[in-house]
Amino acid sequence: MFLVDVILSGLILGGIYALIAMGLSLQYGVARIMNLAYGEFTIAASFLAYVMFTVAGVSPILALAVAMPASFALNWAIYRVLMTPLVKRAKSPGALEVDSILATFGLLFVVQGILLMIFGGSYVSYSYLAVPVQIIGSTVALNRLLAAGLAVAIALALTLFLMRTRIGTAIRAVSVNPAAAPLVGIDTTAYAAFAFGLGGALVAASGVLVSMFFTFNAAMGVVFTMKALIVVIMGGVGNIFGALIAGLILGLAESLTAAFLDGGLTLAVNFALFLAILLIRPTGLFGKAAR
Amino acid sequence: MTAKDWIVPLAILAAAVVLAPLPLVAGSYWMALLVNVLMYAVLATAWALFSGPTHYVSLATAAFFGLGAYTMAFLGEKLPLALVYPVAALIGAVIATIVGLSTLRLSGVYFVIFTFGLAELVRQVVTWAEAKYGGTVGRFVFIDVTQQGIYWMLLGMLVLVLLTGFLVQRSRLGWALKAIGEDETVARHAGIDTTVSKVAVFVISATFMTVVGAIMAPRWTYIDPSIAFNPIISFQVLIMALLGGAARLYGPILGVVPLAILFEILQANFPNSFSILLGLAFLVIVYFVPSGIVGLIDQGRDVLGRAGRRRAHPAE
Repeated sequence: MFLVDVILSGLILGGIYALIAMGLSLQYGVARIMNLAYGEFTIAASFLAYVMFTVAGVSPILALAVAMPASFALNWAIYRVLMTPLVKRAKSPGALEVDSILATFGLLFVVQGILLMIFGGSYVSYSYLAVPVQIIGSTVALNRLLAAGLAVAIALALTLFLMRTRIGTAIRAVSVNPAAAPLVGIDTTAYAAFAFGLGGALVAASGVLVSMFFTFNAAMGVVFTMKALIVVIMGGVGNIFGALIAGLILGLAESLTAAFLDGGLTLAVNFALFLAILLIRPTGLFGKAAR
Repeated sequence: MTAKDWIVPLAILAAAVVLAPLPLVAGSYWMALLVNVLMYAVLATAWALFSGPTHYVSLATAAFFGLGAYTMAFLGEKLPLALVYPVAALIGAVIATIVGLSTLRLSGVYFVIFTFGLAELVRQVVTWAEAKYGGTVGRFVFIDVTQQGIYWMLLGMLVLVLLTGFLVQRSRLGWALKAIGEDETVARHAGIDTTVSKVAVFVISATFMTVVGAIMAPRWTYIDPSIAFNPIISFQVLIMALLGGAARLYGPILGVVPLAILFEILQANFPNSFSILLGLAFLVIVYFVPSGIVGLIDQGRDVLGRAGRRRAHPAE
């Protein structure tokens, strides 16, 4: 049953990758901000959950209720204060992309520096729901299963929200054509800020869930940013369902590499897969022709 | 070339002649700082050679720099030293050609992310290969090159990269790059072979970066992938070139000198909050000096020029 083990752990990992990537997909797909500090916010949320669990004994599930609104507000403010001037001064979408990359680069170092100052560079982890569970003859840790399950649930809820509600429809309109959306009475800036904040809430959720079973340190944010980027570009920018599939593919690729090639190569395979997709299908697996 | 055209190359050479004897008087602290400034001056100028006119923001500096450093680490004791540098240049050029040809379809944010991913990929592969086949992740570089020697080689590289930049700017290739930066589709329709132009200059730029890596390797005596392929190198080069202004040949140097000194001071005095300060410096530059010091100089000149004209024609 070795293969089942590998595939199952790959799928669980993939579900979590998908969750990590969804926030970025919203931030880049709707607000048009390529947030390179994204992974730092994941780690920040992980540390928040870690502190709440070890100091106050608060369960990570409850930590979600604190981390998600806080991160929503923070990211909304970041868009309003830091990104709006860039949006206003940008002469073309290309110029905004470059400017936002540069600005969030700066942000990356600031957030990482703050985390390093508070927590130092050492690895931390805590034990929550680390109980083995049997599924089709293979053993999985309950915390991983829970995280993957929540990831899928959040993805479905988000898809429903975007597809079925008025706000969701407006967000999609801004994503499709930010120039035409105001013509039908949509306040583009407000919705972009909302989407950016919503992306922030998702990144906090992923950070908290990841912290349940993952050993992390303050300098690891960039790994999450890269994984999120890989998944977003693979799944198609702004495509939540695409992100879910792409996340699963990435998780499978990683666990297969670790099982059949070499554990030390998983990150390299990550990047190789990413570079290959950029080169062959820059618009993603489900993307339409280039914009 | 007319007499006026000789001014720039002659000024570059004259500046180099003035700077060359510095190691004879400077103490070891100042030498370390000077070497640092020169290293970033070459890297940032080389970066701007490609990214300045085309507006393709590359984060692959660390990839080529590390490639050069590792070439030195592997071949430094096996080949005569004078041969290692050309070999490093050749390796850099070959890799840059492959990368350049494969990234042609990408532009904007995809190019930035690709180059970032490339540097990370190379780092991961080297780490893995070293751990698997080398036994250790790090590697010692015992090569007898003095601090002065490194300084002079870097100074020579700076002269070379500036002269190259000068020649490229004046050539058809330079105009082709500017056209690509303005609008790539239009450039293609105007009959410019955008592929050849972009790859050619990307390769020139990357070759300089690789050689700088090879020159710098002996200074550390110990290198590992996280030193040689440190992404901070890419960021610092980018932010320095941006502060100076990538539109002019001398622009990046204007950014390198103040920032290299600032980072040195910050790192010495606030090692724990260095990353925060680096990030804040980055944000300040992006928000307040978007077209760099060169842009400020041009603005100042415009204002002065207008004021001068107004004084000359009081009736207007």
